[in-house]
Amino acid sequence: MKTELEQKLTSGKIKDFCINNAIVLVLISLIIFIAIREPSFLSLRNLRNILTMSATRLIIALGVAGILITGGTDLSAGRSVGLAAVLSSSLLQSQDYPRRMYENLPSLPLIIPVLIAITVCGMVGLANGIIVSKLKVPPFIATLGSMVAVYGITSIYFDRPPYGAQPIGGLNSSFSALGTGFIGPNGLFSLPYIVLIAAFIAVLMWVVYNKTRLGKNVYAIGGNSEAARVSGVNVVKTLITVYIIGSALYGLGGTLEAARTGGATNNYGNGYELDAIAACVVGGVSVSGGVGTVGGVVVGVLIFSVINYGLTFINVNPYWQQIIKGLIIVAAVAIDIRKYLARR
Amino acid sequence: MEPSEYVLEMENITKSFPGVKALDGVILRVRAGTVHALVGENGAGKSTLMKCLFGMYDRDDGTIKMNGEEVSFTDAKDALKRGIAMIHQELSPVKDQTVMENMWLGRYPEKKILGIPFINNKAMYNDTIEAFRGLGLDINPKVKVRYLSVSKIQMLEIAKACSMNAKIIIMDEPSSSLTQNEVDQLFSIIKELRKKGVAIIYISHKMDEILKISNEVTIMRDGKYIGTWESNKLTTDFIISKMVGRDLSNRFPPRHNTPAENLLEVGGLCSAERNSFNNVSFNLRKGEILGISGLVGAKRSELVESIFGLRPLKSGQIKIDGKKVRIKNSIDAIDAKMALLTEERRVTGIFPMLSIADNTLITNWKKYLSKAGLIRSKQGIADVDESIKQLRVKTPSCLTRIRNLSGGNQQKVLFGRWLLTEPEILLLDEPTRGIDVGTKYEIYSIIADLAAKGKSIIMISSEMSELLGMSDRIMVMCNGRATGILDGKTATQEAIMTLATQFEQTKENEKEAILA
Repeated sequence: MKTELEQKLTSGKIKDFCINNAIVLVLISLIIFIAIREPSFLSLRNLRNILTMSATRLIIALGVAGILITGGTDLSAGRSVGLAAVLSSSLLQSQDYPRRMYENLPSLPLIIPVLIAITVCGMVGLANGIIVSKLKVPPFIATLGSMVAVYGITSIYFDRPPYGAQPIGGLNSSFSALGTGFIGPNGLFSLPYIVLIAAFIAVLMWVVYNKTRLGKNVYAIGGNSEAARVSGVNVVKTLITVYIIGSALYGLGGTLEAARTGGATNNYGNGYELDAIAACVVGGVSVSGGVGTVGGVVVGVLIFSVINYGLTFINVNPYWQQIIKGLIIVAAVAIDIRKYLARR
Repeated sequence: MEPSEYVLEMENITKSFPGVKALDGVILRVRAGTVHALVGENGAGKSTLMKCLFGMYDRDDGTIKMNGEEVSFTDAKDALKRGIAMIHQELSPVKDQTVMENMWLGRYPEKKILGIPFINNKAMYNDTIEAFRGLGLDINPKVKVRYLSVSKIQMLEIAKACSMNAKIIIMDEPSSSLTQNEVDQLFSIIKELRKKGVAIIYISHKMDEILKISNEVTIMRDGKYIGTWESNKLTTDFIISKMVGRDLSNRFPPRHNTPAENLLEVGGLCSAERNSFNNVSFNLRKGEILGISGLVGAKRSELVESIFGLRPLKSGQIKIDGKKVRIKNSIDAIDAKMALLTEERRVTGIFPMLSIADNTLITNWKKYLSKAGLIRSKQGIADVDESIKQLRVKTPSCLTRIRNLSGGNQQKVLFGRWLLTEPEILLLDEPTRGIDVGTKYEIYSIIADLAAKGKSIIMISSEMSELLGMSDRIMVMCNGRATGILDGKTATQEAIMTLATQFEQTKENEKEAILA
């Protein structure tokens, strides 16, 4: 009798553990699956490549995550990435590149264009925040509007004399180094800058979400915005701040992505918002708000990178990869939501 | 007694969750055409018992019989098919659809035109009128549910259950948001239902109602069956003593507060919202408990929410300590040392997914910031633990999600949240709504204690005994006006009712204007 009860209890515990850590288990089983098919997958080189791929995606996803936790969403993320990429690349073309956007522009210190890109994106976030919090436009609509408008702005900036619409290339060496450089010896143990930057941002955002009043207010607004208003939370200010932080992170992500890939066009970043939102929800961020962790977002981003990189590594047809990604998005959320459903 | 007399028999119902025995051999036998009250403190297992009945929980042991025949339901829909319906405490109609659409939701009468089924609005209207007439209800079937009062929505739900031929209707705290004459209306409907042979399981914390309406009372405590009695042989004190397992000689704690000088002065306050309160003036003294009574729709909540800056004001002034203040939002109100415990705990009070600690600290983070702007959680947690201890919140830890607590314990956490802001003026809107008797007493003690410490308290309540038992003065409102202020010691239920029903002549016209 007793052992039976004990068995029941422990099996319940295993089930609970699986449900509570579903996304980590998905990640681990993915890796195991790929490693069985191709043992050479488990190498430091592949690990570094996956981390490099994940870095900018993580920064963008962390920006969207805060907005999702408030119960909002941000469709303008991808286009903001494109805006930042075009802006920063156009200001950081190498002096000897023949078709520069600004022929007389002197070589700028790296930080200035990066800050310009982040600030301009931050202004998009400010607009989003005001439209959502003051004008009470639903976030989906507000950011759908800014997504479309930002693409227009990027295109106007991009498609100009003297050379018209043409990819912005020939980035100067310091900018390229930001995207592709690394510290440590050139070899197995090197760490790319962008991975370090992403790690720093992840830690920073963890602190913001867990250790500041802003972070606590974000969870409160997402959990129950009416109660937040009654409890003395400045809902308008918090929302605007969260949208600004999000957009600033897209700005940073877009800049780094341009540096990593060596250029940009006005179409850059298209669809990144959906990748970021997908990574967040797979990582346990609730689209209805109030729930989500930085750790979860990190795992969510890694899952998609492992799928992209790992499945290509074992030669899975890219169309099949799309199907697998789609299934994982739905399955991860279906499992995750079990945490909150009433138990029988 | 023949077994066939019972329309429902639940025998020896037992249900365990890991670590707790939620139900332990509970018995509930309900006769046709009677009202059977089910009472017990929150956590006594009433809801669990109902969930076992509806098949939402799988019971470990016990049998359920309807009309002597063993049954087992898989869900509420299945139960409804067999004639059992539940009117929930929190009603959730489709607000932007009409009364009749809600009534026939999912089973609209149809007519075929060219073989294609269309909804038959005329039949739906007539059927609704018919169903309402049978219960003596007066609701326009074509009005959107959004414009109905809570009590009307509840009556709609009851009518809906009847139209599905329910033989047993379970009402969970049906009167918790009703005023006295709405409760009277509910009772007359219940009488109609009884005439039709419908059995009613009436779950409530309100003793006077139970004694008035029920034929039998089943009492539960800590998941155990205590007993079933005929109501006419019971007294309030007896029921309470069985519920809590001890004697509760007094329902209200002694008060030792002495109202001193004026702290809050409200003059000529008019709401900027349509059909709200107008020209309300009153004062609140230091260490005073001012009750506010009135029927639903008297705009009591709107008044306190406006004072707290959550709703716009058109004119009038608010003075604190003789100084005029302008409160535009809750942040200003908190700075002015005010606190507001709202009526709808779930809608405007708790953050269900957050811990007790986060729920308590949300208004108070300012106190726990380091110079760098980071939260010093250790100190916050220590204060939350202290508040949990002081207010006797029953929880394994302050990191437990608040949604896992009972209503009474959630309310205590909300008290803790506001007490931590060290307020001088507490606006309490139905502070004991949906809370069991034992916890109610604790809440009263907290309130009495605060007043004794010189805090000023405004308490809105729809329970008259509570207002009479707790208030130094009682302000009565009717249809957006303050119709009088009574002394708490000499006030009577009759005097309050008279003031609460002092409607203006134009009232009926206005009402029609709202509905039109």
